[in-house]
Amino acid sequence: MSTVTDTKKAPAGERVADWADGRLGIYTLAKANMRKIFPDHWSFMLGEICLYSFLIIILTGVYLTMFFHPSMNEVEYVGPYVPLQGQLMSEAFNSTMHISFEVRGGLLIRQIHHWAALIFLAGMFVHMMRVFFTGAFRKPREINWLFGFLLFFLGMFTGFTGYSLPDDLLSGTGVRFMQGAILSVPVIGTYLSMFLFGGEFPGGDFVARFYSAHVLLLPGIMLGLVVAHLILVFFHKHTQFEGPGRTNKNVVGMPLLPVYMAKAGGFFFLVFGVIAVIAAIASINPIWALGPYRPDQVSTGAQPDWYMGFAEGLIRVMPGWEINLWGHTLVLGVMIPLAIFPAVLAAIAVYPFIESWITGDKREHHIAQRPRNAPTRTGFGVAWITAYMIMLIGGGNDLWATHFHLSLNSITWFVRIFFFVGPVIAFIVTKRICLGLQRRDKDKVLHGRESGIIKRLPHGEFVEIHEPLSQGELHRLTAHEQYDAAALPPAVDENGVERKIGRMEKLRVKLNKGYYGGDSQIAKPTVEEYKEIQSGHGHH
Amino acid sequence: MKKLSARRRHPLAAVVVLLLALAATGGLYAAFAPAGTAKADETAQSLAIEEGKKLYSVGCASCHGTGGQGTSDGPSLVGVGSAAVDFQVGTGRMPAQQPGAQVPKKKTIYSQAEIDQLAAYVASLGAGPITPTESQYSPDGADIAKGGELFRTNCAQCHNFTGEGGALTYGKYAPNLEGVSPKHLYEAMQTGPQNMPSFPDTTMPEKEKKDIIAYVQAVNGEKADSPGGLSLGGLGPVSEGLFAWVFGLGALIAVAVWVAAHTAKAKKS
Repeated sequence: MSTVTDTKKAPAGERVADWADGRLGIYTLAKANMRKIFPDHWSFMLGEICLYSFLIIILTGVYLTMFFHPSMNEVEYVGPYVPLQGQLMSEAFNSTMHISFEVRGGLLIRQIHHWAALIFLAGMFVHMMRVFFTGAFRKPREINWLFGFLLFFLGMFTGFTGYSLPDDLLSGTGVRFMQGAILSVPVIGTYLSMFLFGGEFPGGDFVARFYSAHVLLLPGIMLGLVVAHLILVFFHKHTQFEGPGRTNKNVVGMPLLPVYMAKAGGFFFLVFGVIAVIAAIASINPIWALGPYRPDQVSTGAQPDWYMGFAEGLIRVMPGWEINLWGHTLVLGVMIPLAIFPAVLAAIAVYPFIESWITGDKREHHIAQRPRNAPTRTGFGVAWITAYMIMLIGGGNDLWATHFHLSLNSITWFVRIFFFVGPVIAFIVTKRICLGLQRRDKDKVLHGRESGIIKRLPHGEFVEIHEPLSQGELHRLTAHEQYDAAALPPAVDENGVERKIGRMEKLRVKLNKGYYGGDSQIAKPTVEEYKEIQSGHGHH
Repeated sequence: MKKLSARRRHPLAAVVVLLLALAATGGLYAAFAPAGTAKADETAQSLAIEEGKKLYSVGCASCHGTGGQGTSDGPSLVGVGSAAVDFQVGTGRMPAQQPGAQVPKKKTIYSQAEIDQLAAYVASLGAGPITPTESQYSPDGADIAKGGELFRTNCAQCHNFTGEGGALTYGKYAPNLEGVSPKHLYEAMQTGPQNMPSFPDTTMPEKEKKDIIAYVQAVNGEKADSPGGLSLGGLGPVSEGLFAWVFGLGALIAVAVWVAAHTAKAKKS
């Protein structure tokens, strides 16, 4: 900081920085964070894809709000698109047509906005799976996992409300679908629907209401969560994979400034570029082809955007059961899917807490695990994805039918059965694959890499030469820690008194054995084993 | 009368009489001509029926019966009309390759003349919808926007917003309307082939059919354009979602791998 006695004036930049430091304390902030280290791995950039697509959505969304009229007043279309001229439509639809055909760059911005939304959600899904499969949700990151999950969950509804705004025939059908789901809630369903739509469906209010949720309420919460998510990433520091010199207590990588600032900044423009190119070449939500919403019209192939496809699938494959009692109808065909939908999502959200309860591990973990080294978790994750994907098939059953020349009803039955059977098969197969890979790792550590060179011994035997792994590689393959399976304490304590073991504890130990018992992980090679094999050199 | 009798020996009198006679004959001919052509047509018609019956016995009788009365393998053709034949045979659906949930469109194997003969024969079995003339199905001057509204009200629930087709139960489907000629669109509405309901003129007047044809041609014809770029099949969010995952996220992950692979390195020398 400059003092009054300085005769020579400091350069302008320094003076500005000093001024700012005196008021914002930027020097301390910069000192603490400029050299913040981030590890390098492509999968650590998935979150960045989400962040940047979120920013792109906000930027393009602001542009769209300048021209969009969130109103359901009926107007006649007089714009340039001939196949709709003279048709009656809401102002929301009319203004979206205006954006698409008359506003300069409007269609491109609209398409960037929509494509970025699909990619944002897909990015969050993949990012979440990366964190899941590498165990990066373990202490201390459970809360951040929940923040991320909430972002995905809110993103689904922000997307849904946005998709509904143009008031076209497709999205109107989607809103009707949602209203049907609300109506199926026992007792309060009808009240909720009347409250949300300001009367009978569709009424004249929902576009304005969805608009405020879409541009203000939901993105506001999401922005806050994104900031909190990033602060926690800074605070916890990033996880890293096993490698030489990497421990649970350090982070090996490059500093935030200048390397990561440059990389992240560049990556932002790459993400923007890729999304812009996609928006420029491929049409999305062509509302002019869909037409304005009218409750008496519907089209086949009415699906929501992909992130709601899971819910669509549940409704499509659920048998249309209902119970009529005392003049009231309980629509199980809609109510049960409505209950399964959040339950399946919650299953993945609470998983970190379940795993930490099963392991009983209270330590901090900053090393990302390789999925194969946690076979039960990996199996569970793949099972979850399988259930999700099978429901996506259910949600698009009509297109599977037409494009693969199948019967719609057979697909529906396939989905009904495989929603339950598929995850079980996926779990077993994945766990087996993980164990196989663990065995392979063990084999590589003990015997070296297969070189492909065949050697003929003097007595005629052929052997393949195995090359020993480098020290770093040996470390990478053996550094993971393995839990010992938990066991219940003896039934009677040292004084011969029967020990009281709670039912939950018994369950915990049982699950723990399932996770880390004899056939759920391959014991990693010990130093003794390694030395013994290596001393008998040349044999395998 | 005096004038007339005075000129009856005029040199041009014969010409005038000839002209009058010709005009009278021509007029009379013109007045009775329709009956005359009908008579001529009748012979042509009976010839066509004759020829059509021969074609029918070869290509159709095995399923629809020797007299079009229908068998367990195919419905009766009595009363289906020439429009139904023109549609089914003209789009290659008939003769069917095999029984199944629905007979698909395929290459047409009959010439239009043969189709007309077949249609004439089937029409002779019982009255039914008649093959439309061009003035009936031509979409020229029709109201496209009205057609769009009618399409979304009556057709989209099976054929999709712009006629890309859609699934029905047990392997049946509503076909894609791309490249279907106006005549066949008209006939399909008129006769309700296979799983489609029929829209006779009593429920959907000729003008509305024309509007619908004009709309289908505008959004799904050769001249239809997609202002937003690739239409991705016009199938809506499923193909968009697939595209976003495969090309959107796929490209971004490839970029991420590339960026991560090019890390900053301390350069020596």
